Amino acid sequence: MSAARFNRWFGRGWLSLGYAFLYLPIAALVVFSFNDSPVPNIWGRFSLKWYAALASDTEILAGFWLSLRIAFLTACASVVLGTMAALALAKHRRFIGRTAFSGMLNAPLVMPEVIIGLSLLLMLVATQKALGFPERGLLTIWIGHVLLGMAYAAVVVQARLNDLNPQLEEAAMDLGARPWQVFWLVTLPMISQALLSAWLLTFTLSLDDVVLSAFLSGPGATTMPLVILSRARLGLNPSVNAVATLTVLVVSVGVVCASLLIARRERRRAAEVAAASRRD
Amino acid sequence: MRRAREPGNRRSWAVIGTPYVWLLLFFLLPFLIVLKISVSEMDIASVKDLVTLQNGRLDLNLRFGNYLTLVTDDLYFSTYFSSLKYAAVTTLLCLVLGYPFAYFMARARPTIQPALLMLVMLPFWTSFLLRVYAWKGLLTEHGWAANFIGATGIDSLLLHAGLIPGKGQLMNTPFSLVLGMTYTYLPFMILPLYSNLSKMDLRLLEAASDLGATAWVAFWKITVPLSKAGIIAGAMLVFIPSVGEYVIPELLGGPETQMIGRTLWDEFFSNNDWPMASAVAVTMVLLVIVPLAFFNKYQAEVAEASR
Repeated sequence: MSAARFNRWFGRGWLSLGYAFLYLPIAALVVFSFNDSPVPNIWGRFSLKWYAALASDTEILAGFWLSLRIAFLTACASVVLGTMAALALAKHRRFIGRTAFSGMLNAPLVMPEVIIGLSLLLMLVATQKALGFPERGLLTIWIGHVLLGMAYAAVVVQARLNDLNPQLEEAAMDLGARPWQVFWLVTLPMISQALLSAWLLTFTLSLDDVVLSAFLSGPGATTMPLVILSRARLGLNPSVNAVATLTVLVVSVGVVCASLLIARRERRRAAEVAAASRRD
Repeated sequence: MRRAREPGNRRSWAVIGTPYVWLLLFFLLPFLIVLKISVSEMDIASVKDLVTLQNGRLDLNLRFGNYLTLVTDDLYFSTYFSSLKYAAVTTLLCLVLGYPFAYFMARARPTIQPALLMLVMLPFWTSFLLRVYAWKGLLTEHGWAANFIGATGIDSLLLHAGLIPGKGQLMNTPFSLVLGMTYTYLPFMILPLYSNLSKMDLRLLEAASDLGATAWVAFWKITVPLSKAGIIAGAMLVFIPSVGEYVIPELLGGPETQMIGRTLWDEFFSNNDWPMASAVAVTMVLLVIVPLAFFNKYQAEVAEASR
């Protein structure tokens, strides 16, 4: 076997094993959600009983509804704040405290979540003692998630802003557009795709978060990941598998739809650009 | 956008100011409060004030007892050490597994690269908690991974290395902890490496080969040094969060794999010792601040370089 062929097969093998490693747990979650057997990780026979049980599981359903609301609010706020932060860094080369700003913005990406959770909670407790609010619950969890979400949104939007052709904005200004018109009519349409992916990313991030929610939640505000964590601590629990399978289903459908949407927009934009240049 | 920088442009102040104020309020201020509480004394249910004014006397109460305990108590010290150890091992494993992965991805046919990339990112979209939980089922007795490891004799290897206490006992060991952490953080290593390697100028390798370098030499002398930025970014993305990881040690770790994130959690939730939890948080920040500075420098460079 020649060296090049060996390389090719070695590469394929490595990639296949890597993907198998990444997807093995997900496959196992899905398979065992349909399992009816006294031992949760030995296959017995096919059954939908865990899904039926889920429909009457008020704890999970309440947690899911709360998580969904927090995730929606988090995604909206994160995209707005993250876009502002990305614009600030991309358009303004120097302002007072720029380094500190980008440092604080990026730190939550890697900072251990226990630190962020503890510090936010201790501050909120202090505020509550001084002012009488906020009560721990949806609002406080939302604040924590937005802190994390805006960092991710800013990274996504910043990458797109850096790819933009600055001449388009300059041309709009030369033609007399005011700064806000430039933003709404030129910049925003061009970064809309990045805004959509940032929204989806922060939505799932919030839906998934355990540690921040654990610190910031109050009595009666138990998000779905917190319910799952408390059950997973105790051992294997097929109802958790059923939840997992449903999320896998929703996510795959969502991702496929989003990529189709993005591809269509891309095609339409390409067609518009082509039409515009023909007209010249 | 020279116009935006002119003084008196209120809109651009709002664009900078709003996220800035948010970060100061919810990132910096909370941390200062943690710093304060870590040197405070605790009443039954509240933290005593640092500065008290009584009968015209101003008292400043700083209590460094928590830090003293952290430094002198062997238990805390060994927890810090093992956190760093497991984080370092995880980072190394992710690099060893992820580098070839990212490399072969970047050298695959350009038409299938978007699909390969999508496949790496897709697990991100399914819950991290659920994927960690899945390993519990895979590694306990009769699980798929447990059967595989038993059948291939890998478990005697692990036993020999002292990573598991006995044959078939895979869960709640250093092995299951490191496996779970490597699994979780592998994509964080692959993605920056891939974006770096896919941008490489392949003509450099042709030039090296024209000058007589073998593929192996060219790899080590050209590809690896050029991907240094990707390696650093990936390593930081894996190392820093894994030092303070809570969920994975809680679900997959055991009594002997205590990690600092879990210690903080227990001090806070089980012992209700806020000052101690705060002191643990402050020292954890000290542990990660140097890698954090590296990461921030890299992030800034990436943002500037791509313009």
